[in-house]
Amino acid sequence: MDERSSRRYPFRPVPGTVRIRAFALIALFSGLILQALPAVAQEQAIGGTLSQRAEEGEDPVPVEGVVITVTQDGNEVGSATTDAEGNWTVPVPAPGDYDVALDASTLPPGVTLSDPERSELTDVNVRPGQTRRVIFQLGGGGAGGTSTWDRVASLVVVGLKLGAIIALSSVGLSLIFGVTGLVNFSHAELVTLGAFIAYVFHAGGPRWPLVVAALPAVLFGVTFGWGQEKVLWGPLRRRGMGVLTMMVVSIGLGFALRFLILAFFGGLPRAYPDFASQGAVAFLGFSVVPKHVVAIVAALVILGGVGLFLERTLAGTALRAVRDNPDLAESSGIAVDRVVALTWALGAGLAAIGGVFFGVTESVQWSMGFDLLLLMFAAVVLGGLGTAYGAMLGGFVVGISVEMSTLFFPNELKNAVGLVLLIIMLIWRPQGLLGVRERIG
Amino acid sequence: MDWSGAITNGIISALGPVAIAYAVSAIGLNLQFGFTGLLNFGHVAFMMVGAYGTAATVEAGGSLWLGIGVGILAAVVLGLLLGLPTLRLRADYLAITTIAAAETLRLLVRSPVTRSVTGGVFGIQGFAEEFHALNPFGASTGYAIGPLVVSGRRLFVMIVGWTVVLILALIVRRLVKSPWGRLLKAIREDEDATRSLGKNVFVAKLQALALGGALASVGGVLLAIEQQNVSPDSFLPQVTFIIYVVVILGGAGTIWGPMLGAVIFQFFFYFVDSVMRQAQANVSWVGAILDSAGAAQIRFVLVGLGLMALLVFRPQGMLGSRREALVDG
Amino acid sequence: MADGAAALTGVAPRPGVAKPDPILVVEGVTRSFGGLQAVDVSHLEVQRNTVTALIGPNGAGKTTLFNLLTGFDQADSGSWSLNGGPIVGIPAYQVARRGMVRTFQLTRALPRLTVLDNVVLADPHNPGESLWRALIGGWRRGEEEATVKAKALLERFGLEHMADEYAGSLSGGQRKLLELARAMMVEPELIMLDEPMAGINPALTQQLLTHITGLRDEGKTVIFVEHDMDVVQEISDWVVVLAEGQVIAEGTPSSIAGNPDVIEAYLGAHRGKAVEDE
Repeated sequence: MDERSSRRYPFRPVPGTVRIRAFALIALFSGLILQALPAVAQEQAIGGTLSQRAEEGEDPVPVEGVVITVTQDGNEVGSATTDAEGNWTVPVPAPGDYDVALDASTLPPGVTLSDPERSELTDVNVRPGQTRRVIFQLGGGGAGGTSTWDRVASLVVVGLKLGAIIALSSVGLSLIFGVTGLVNFSHAELVTLGAFIAYVFHAGGPRWPLVVAALPAVLFGVTFGWGQEKVLWGPLRRRGMGVLTMMVVSIGLGFALRFLILAFFGGLPRAYPDFASQGAVAFLGFSVVPKHVVAIVAALVILGGVGLFLERTLAGTALRAVRDNPDLAESSGIAVDRVVALTWALGAGLAAIGGVFFGVTESVQWSMGFDLLLLMFAAVVLGGLGTAYGAMLGGFVVGISVEMSTLFFPNELKNAVGLVLLIIMLIWRPQGLLGVRERIG
Repeated sequence: MDWSGAITNGIISALGPVAIAYAVSAIGLNLQFGFTGLLNFGHVAFMMVGAYGTAATVEAGGSLWLGIGVGILAAVVLGLLLGLPTLRLRADYLAITTIAAAETLRLLVRSPVTRSVTGGVFGIQGFAEEFHALNPFGASTGYAIGPLVVSGRRLFVMIVGWTVVLILALIVRRLVKSPWGRLLKAIREDEDATRSLGKNVFVAKLQALALGGALASVGGVLLAIEQQNVSPDSFLPQVTFIIYVVVILGGAGTIWGPMLGAVIFQFFFYFVDSVMRQAQANVSWVGAILDSAGAAQIRFVLVGLGLMALLVFRPQGMLGSRREALVDG
Repeated sequence: MADGAAALTGVAPRPGVAKPDPILVVEGVTRSFGGLQAVDVSHLEVQRNTVTALIGPNGAGKTTLFNLLTGFDQADSGSWSLNGGPIVGIPAYQVARRGMVRTFQLTRALPRLTVLDNVVLADPHNPGESLWRALIGGWRRGEEEATVKAKALLERFGLEHMADEYAGSLSGGQRKLLELARAMMVEPELIMLDEPMAGINPALTQQLLTHITGLRDEGKTVIFVEHDMDVVQEISDWVVVLAEGQVIAEGTPSSIAGNPDVIEAYLGAHRGKAVEDE
């Protein structure tokens, strides 16, 4: 096995109180979440997939950004916006009959209802625990309906949005590798957990506005990341476990967390109620969804903050020192263990924010992190494993490439584009665009 | 709580077609990972290629036996294609690349682009009649093995399957005890040292990858024949993770570890499933926090936790020796 | 004194001086990392059938040079030849097959193989290492021959009683001996030892020194990196001094000892200038 990929730190006993605190915090959060669970566990919903019929022999094109509203006896129950795959879901509080209306003004240019009279479906019955699927027939356009400028511009925005999410989520992945040598396969679940915790506080019991609900998500992320280092990764490193074995351990952890989320929250994709009904608006001749733009801007601000942190603060500089040369950093008096814990806390917190953005602009579901994981790897490898800027650059490159590839390739293969980028990068230039080639021996 | 029912469920699964497929797959992964130290995380792709190679050939008009040959050959080709550019990467990069390659392949198979050959999202069904026609047992008759009852159809698959497992294990045993096998182990220990002794490490790794992949493809073939169905969503990355658990559980780098690991894994997987389902239905506090769909997922959670516990407390698995414990110490 | 060493009398102690019968000729080899020039050897020849010591302060580029010459790293420029045949750009395993074998600074015993297996493995002609042969059989004979040869080597290096132990259980000194035995199994012409005395207890040092000179007496050529000047004085026929990637001096051990450039290189590396990382 490769010696370079093993990084060891000298034994340093961890005070018992630190572990107890870590466990206590995790237990506290678990308790909070569990008590909010019944409100979100059993649900029924109405949902569907909006797509346009295309040419003969080709697949339907999903339609994004359309608002669908569910009402009962004239009162609005909820609404949703179709995501990039054209999927939408509106949870309903109880079984019964509902009316479902599609807001034709939110259809993209060139796309219309096959039957303009049928923009509303009445007396849609939902049984207990059921997700009732309804269909709206769309027609008109194919590729001819929307102009190329419109499509390209929209895709650039969506690509930046995806890029922002990937960038936020994978900075931690990259830094954790840089500082500890661990390729953390469970990083994806930090994203998913962030999204779900925000969901619990936003759509569940407390019903906080999303911006407020994001705080416990971030707090959980930070604590969980820090806790993982204190309780699991640190002790394993000190025992002498190699990074490759730890990588497989992280695979097991990710697996366990993923299915735990699936077990307790179910497989139904959910949306944050406050933002589900935000449709696309016309802007400079193309359609864009406002929350995407907000997400992009917010992400850039946060990423800028991360950059400043790494460059200008003492803690950030210590982090970079430990990453570049752990032995030298330690003999300079830097408390390496603290820096490692800080890296985990920071990386996990950022992933949690990424999860919230991901949930707001797409949907919240158990596999969301894992679906993103391979793209995260692509981003991190592209930019350079171990660097924060690399993850940011790589995130945006991957995001834009993936979304813009739909101009040439079928929609289902767009993730494959990201993966192919990853493979090419690893073969051609494994250290990434911003990384430095390593010395052997 | 019906414990004997849960145990019976476990035993039936432990000897059934899925266990067989996992065992064969694990024998292949064990050659790659247990003996050579290759962190191949795209292993499911080999199973997929074997299964689809078989099904698609029959779909295109060939015989089942031709299809099996195509499936295995395709796996060898995949191993070469995968290995040539990636085997010089360091171990963690190899893991990422192989998982990306497997997922890309699966997405390709799943997409409408390849539908004419692979059936796209729907896959291919009903291609293995030639095999089942050979069954000497009455297909729907129940046969009793001790307290268990299996159908004739399944009994035939089990007998053929476990025989194949045994044959493959013996072939691998022969290889592993040869100088070639020693070369693989040396590569696992230290590639550069092995190179410095004049050994062509790259070719040996490629051979291990391709051969291991061919073995795994047989696992895919067996499962496809039994289920008479191949579809892309049966070949998700989590299957690779499960095979890793099987290999590590049985003992990576041992001959009989993969078989033992598959049997034990399947037993516990289905035992826990039975127990959880009953607990959800009958035990009040469990039913309060989990619905029946949720209860069915708990066994996966235990798989993940089990893998972690194995690596931390018993990395050598059941049959390995502590001093030979895996990966990188 | 062996033939090779005898031929060196009369060779001027100048960096890059030609040798009467060089087994290894290095020409214009450079390698830099980032902005740092690690190796810059314009000309170096190693005389056949000698023990040549390669010395120099830390960071001088000795291990890097080894890596470059044996194919474990890629040079930025330059060429080198073994027995007149160029071996630039050849994969590391082929360099070894051509007759130039190296050991590593940190011993790389294969810990989960037995000591005997470690050495038998190194047999360059074992038919059983082909996948095809392993499947169809017929490799027993070759394996037996290799085992006989390996046991003889283990005996020579005093390890035969550990033959069936896992190499991981050997002490540091025993591992060095194992590496020597293993290297010899490959039947090399030129053996490159990277700090063979590092971490050995002094009692074992003498034994190792005897083995190294024994290799030369058998007709092999040895290059070894060393820091201990007493060892260098004792067994080397020729000394090459590397500093900041360049050959700054060459000569017999006695001529090197008083060489002011050499002293400056060792002292100057610590005086006033920035400490360079290895």
